Amino acid sequence: MLIVLAVATPGFFGSGNLRVLLVGFAPTLVAAVGMTFVIVARQIDISVGAQFAACAVVVALLVRVGWPLPLAALAAILTGAALGAINGLFVAHLRLPSIVVTLATFFVLKEGLRWWRQGELIRDLPAFQWFGLSQTAGVWVVVGIAGAVFAAAAGAARNLAAGRAVYATGSDEEAARLAGLRPNAVTFGVFAVAGALAGLAAVLEAVQLPFVDPKAGTGMEMRVIAAAVVGGAAVSGGRGTLVGTLLGVLLLGTIGSAIVFLRLEAQWEEAIQGGIILLAVASDVTARRNR
Amino acid sequence: MPPLLKLTDVSKAFGGVRALRAVSFDLLPGEVHALVGENGAGKSTLIKIVTGAHRPDGGTLEIGGRLVTDHDPLAARGWGVAVVYQQPALFPDLTVAENIAIALEPPGPWRRVRWNARRARARELLACVGARIDPDADARTLTMPEQQLVEIAKAVGTDAKVVVMDEPTASLSDREVETLFRVVRDLTARGVGVVYVSHRLDELPRIADRVTALRDGELVGTRAVAETTRADLIRMMVGRELGAVFPKVEATPGRVVLEARNLACRAAGVSAVSLSVRAGEILGLAGLVGAGRTELAGVLFGLTPADAGEILLDGKPVRIGSPAAAVALGIAYVPEDRRRYGVILDLPVAANVTLAVLRRVSDRGFLNFRRERGLAEDFARTLGVKVPSVEEPAGTLSGGNQQKVALARWLATDPRVIILDEPTQGVDIGAKAEIHRLIGDLAAKGLAVVLISSELPEVLAMSDRIAVMHGGTVTGVLARSEATQERVLELALAKGVPA
Repeated sequence: MLIVLAVATPGFFGSGNLRVLLVGFAPTLVAAVGMTFVIVARQIDISVGAQFAACAVVVALLVRVGWPLPLAALAAILTGAALGAINGLFVAHLRLPSIVVTLATFFVLKEGLRWWRQGELIRDLPAFQWFGLSQTAGVWVVVGIAGAVFAAAAGAARNLAAGRAVYATGSDEEAARLAGLRPNAVTFGVFAVAGALAGLAAVLEAVQLPFVDPKAGTGMEMRVIAAAVVGGAAVSGGRGTLVGTLLGVLLLGTIGSAIVFLRLEAQWEEAIQGGIILLAVASDVTARRNR
Repeated sequence: MPPLLKLTDVSKAFGGVRALRAVSFDLLPGEVHALVGENGAGKSTLIKIVTGAHRPDGGTLEIGGRLVTDHDPLAARGWGVAVVYQQPALFPDLTVAENIAIALEPPGPWRRVRWNARRARARELLACVGARIDPDADARTLTMPEQQLVEIAKAVGTDAKVVVMDEPTASLSDREVETLFRVVRDLTARGVGVVYVSHRLDELPRIADRVTALRDGELVGTRAVAETTRADLIRMMVGRELGAVFPKVEATPGRVVLEARNLACRAAGVSAVSLSVRAGEILGLAGLVGAGRTELAGVLFGLTPADAGEILLDGKPVRIGSPAAAVALGIAYVPEDRRRYGVILDLPVAANVTLAVLRRVSDRGFLNFRRERGLAEDFARTLGVKVPSVEEPAGTLSGGNQQKVALARWLATDPRVIILDEPTQGVDIGAKAEIHRLIGDLAAKGLAVVLISSELPEVLAMSDRIAVMHGGTVTGVLARSEATQERVLELALAKGVPA
């Protein structure tokens, strides 16, 4: 696909466009990393988009009242972690289905945010856009942070005992419990991590503009779930890789730009993405069955 | 009178395992014909052939004097055969009346439901079996015996000529048993024949006319109950062949490692269990299906923590509230149903082996793959796991090899007590002998081994002592020298026999 694009549309991979693409991918990738852990642990998190929006508002408001950006960003990440921990508590300890819990927290967060901010943009943010650096430097900081998070997560999934526990829990929670692991702690943990990463994603997205829109993050949950699934994460748990998720983010993210370049009408974007999801999952299942 | 049901020389094999060999069985109108046999004797297979769930490989099945071919569960209903399973299979979210209607009303998606008629019919049938149950109650709110009565009401409602009851009294109290017997006598008075499977030998003289015993898929004999004593029945049931050679090493057991005193857990249905196991000893845990052996293992391993009694480890009382706590105390449990719980099929063999000892193969949380591989390869070698590489997913291995991987995971924890739940279930003869050798080796190395097995010969051959369970408690502990199949079975079938 990428090769087709490169041939069909000279300029697609021109340095300008590539940079725009990369920086656009960064927040989605960070959130999708968290989602991958959630899905591998055989859960789902519908509330990441709403967490994302809440964290974006938190970082913006703190910067406006004079907090230094790094400190405000840390606060946003902790806010995300706390919101994720709430999901985790309900799912891991009250044993409620995660789709219901996170759907509920999604609505509560979204509507709560609307009531609080009335959809108003948050402006006048000192030294906020691109961390107060030049645009070029800022872009590389954003991309660099996303890349570092990705590398750390991929390493953790493979190299940490905790990563192994996530895969075991997702494969079979009861078997994991019988093996002396603590599936409850794993479930709680993946939600908290997903929340923290949603917070970080919100910061990476917010600094790309001079103001923060509390409606940012709408549809985010679907995009990141789609990226993980296209990348081979099985909703039935236990399977999925971060490299796969990276490819999923790249593939789905490129389509939007490709459509512009190919001069198709914009409304085709989501339809094509939907088609790709079906194709990816169907081919994965068929390949698995034939083995 | 022609028999209602007649099986002639029926055989059935699953894979290479012969479940039934040329068994003949018949049922007369108005008769209760009991079917007895140990676990795996072929009772269930016989029932499933009658109900159409399995097709016989050889022999013939006649119902009402007519030869039945192309049998299936729906056709069985048409033939007038109804089954009451040990575990009632009601739809929990539907009402009692709806559950009964599903079995009785003709199928068809566009048929209009006559709610009042449906309810009235349910009420009538429930009265018929002497059950005081609200037809509008959801099935999930019923107790086990109530659910069983609903199942029987269903069978009555189909106007069945042949009613098969699989352990109907297993979960009933004495009073409920009386009600059930009355229902059964009502049925037979109307000319219905009842096939009655039961482990409670004491109740047979009160309800059954004839009894047929199966052993290892073969017919031992059919007798009139009036002329058969309990001892006769037990003699007919025991005497299974040994499936493989059991190289038992004589060991001198050391001090007591694990002891249970009056252990009970309501949720698991385990009560007043007292037993002990010594270092280097194999304690067999025998009993019929549903006696509470796996449940007891669950209590000892912290899956369903005990709510009364004591567990002592090395003489010190311990509390085992979770599997993680059990592992920390040096207790290991290799569960039954290894495909489901024993190994994680998606994960490589190496990861399966180290899953319970992740801390030992990692440095400050980081997995050390070389150490993991080394550990897994060591175990694969000593246990003889046949696998090209320990990086292969566990799902690709054969049953016997998966069992060895499950065993390896727990041996890696360096346990002091290991509970093995049906370790040779569904593995081939060769792997079975190997697993037996491994179990012997473990005991020889000083582990305290608890061996749960439904194969009586296996328990007898492997164990130093045998604890026999019935109804969630230990009914007796036999030393190796005094354990015979008869004595074990006597205790396993016991009702209130003092230990």
